Amino acid sequence: MALLDRRDKDIRNLPGFGTMAVVAVVFLYAPIAFLTLYSFNSGRSISQLDGFSLRWYKAVFANEGIQTAALNSLTVAVIASSVATVLATAAAMATVRLRFRGKEVAYGIINFPLMVPEIVTAIATLIFFATIGFRLGLMTVIVAHIVFCIPFAYLPIRARLASMDAGLEQAARDLFARPMMAFRRITLPILMPGIISGWLLAFIISLDDFIISAMVAGPGATTLPVHIYSMLRLGITPEVNAVSSLMIAASSILVLISAVLSRKTKT
Amino acid sequence: MKVHGHTRLAALLLSPALAIIAVFMIVPIGITTLYSFLEPARYGGVIWEFSTDAYVRLLFERDIFDDTLSFSTDYIRIFVRSLVQAGVATLLCLLIGIPTAWFIATRPDRQKTLWLMLVTVPYWVNLLVRTIAMLLILRDEGPINDSLQAIGLTSGPLPLSYNNFAVGLGLAYSFLPFMILPLYAAIERFDFSLLEAAYDLHANRWKAFVGVVLPILRPGVVAGSLLVFIPGIGAFLAPDILGGGKTIMIGNLIGQQFQGSRNWPFGAALSTVLMTLTLIALMWSARRAAKAGTEVV
Repeated sequence: MALLDRRDKDIRNLPGFGTMAVVAVVFLYAPIAFLTLYSFNSGRSISQLDGFSLRWYKAVFANEGIQTAALNSLTVAVIASSVATVLATAAAMATVRLRFRGKEVAYGIINFPLMVPEIVTAIATLIFFATIGFRLGLMTVIVAHIVFCIPFAYLPIRARLASMDAGLEQAARDLFARPMMAFRRITLPILMPGIISGWLLAFIISLDDFIISAMVAGPGATTLPVHIYSMLRLGITPEVNAVSSLMIAASSILVLISAVLSRKTKT
Repeated sequence: MKVHGHTRLAALLLSPALAIIAVFMIVPIGITTLYSFLEPARYGGVIWEFSTDAYVRLLFERDIFDDTLSFSTDYIRIFVRSLVQAGVATLLCLLIGIPTAWFIATRPDRQKTLWLMLVTVPYWVNLLVRTIAMLLILRDEGPINDSLQAIGLTSGPLPLSYNNFAVGLGLAYSFLPFMILPLYAAIERFDFSLLEAAYDLHANRWKAFVGVVLPILRPGVVAGSLLVFIPGIGAFLAPDILGGGKTIMIGNLIGQQFQGSRNWPFGAALSTVLMTLTLIALMWSARRAAKAGTEVV
């Protein structure tokens, strides 16, 4: 009885909160689960299940427009996230390890892309390229993506670096004398999990983008989300469901990889 | 190496990242503001002549025959709608987010990781895909309307899609993880043994929750609300896909100026206003956070 009473008073267990958490998870997953389910429909309908089939996946893999767009998306994401990660690593080294004036300003600039509404970034970038007379194409998409990928790559790297014992580097520097050597032998290996999750984060963010790519992609530089958006003009088709499900699978796998990596390095 | 005066090395390490952001984002936003004071060219682009027409157009309608101006609320209404929709989405996220974050933060460690995973994974799914999925659910022939009719609760489809309701729900769906995570972080920091004292003072857990816990949640509420509200105001996909023609928000109006109706200065002016609103919200919250910080310490 006393135990029951204790539990009843325990603020950790507020009535209905568990239910709400379940509601939240259902709310988050039901739509994507439903979409995925219908991507396996053998019929053309998106509201009536006729049977299981992979025909829409076959259609997706046979669709040249989707292929080109997917390839563009991957190219952009790989280049943008890699460049952003290198820049972010250097920036993190400076902001975490060094003392200098204007650190607050530097920090503000690095995080600036997170504060600007995406639509503003999109049209500002378009206006910029139009003003300097740079032809829109895949290159403009890559540049735009590098910019907003920097803070996403920066945050995990900075966090990892901040939790790292600076004494280790100091000791290494005393031993190796050259700072570059200390960085390569000590800092970089320990920093690696942060760098990898920064890269993954930037990669996913780049794949996710629609509006910026839609504004600055020239002809032939359509990314996958922009292509899917254009497919919507015919309404939601089973083919849209199939290519969307593939994207759901891809991003889930990437997140799981990054979760496993971050857990491994914690222990 | 000296402890002080790393300025040169820091400059070397920082300049590539800072330069890219400055050249390809800060300068473009500056140019955008400049464009908002120019004349539109007929097929997109601008004519380099000073004009405040873009801003006048926000508030007034120009008569095509006699050029007189009359006050018009058309665009103001879109701004207000954007603010209201983002606000509704924020409230909805708070409503779902607070109990959820609380529940997760009070689980044993292993369950905690699992729950956190569960609420973060959907965030990484492409936003366009998630928005399409939401439309699929809310459609007239979607599973919600189908099951409501099947069990005889409604005789026809409820208007769940292509309206303000769908847009608000879609926005909440888009940004819910943004709300849960900062709330969770705020609760995580909280020392539960402190609550023992609260029990003695407040007698029951609801009073303890309201009196002790809600103030502790505040930084999480502020951060989470900001993370939902700000992208919410400028959202493009949710109103575009889930809304109808009468539910467009600022993001869509801006987009239109560069695609269909082609008035770059007007689009630039709208962006400048949106950017200003965002900065005000950010500064307000930063000031609040600073104030809260000094109160606590």
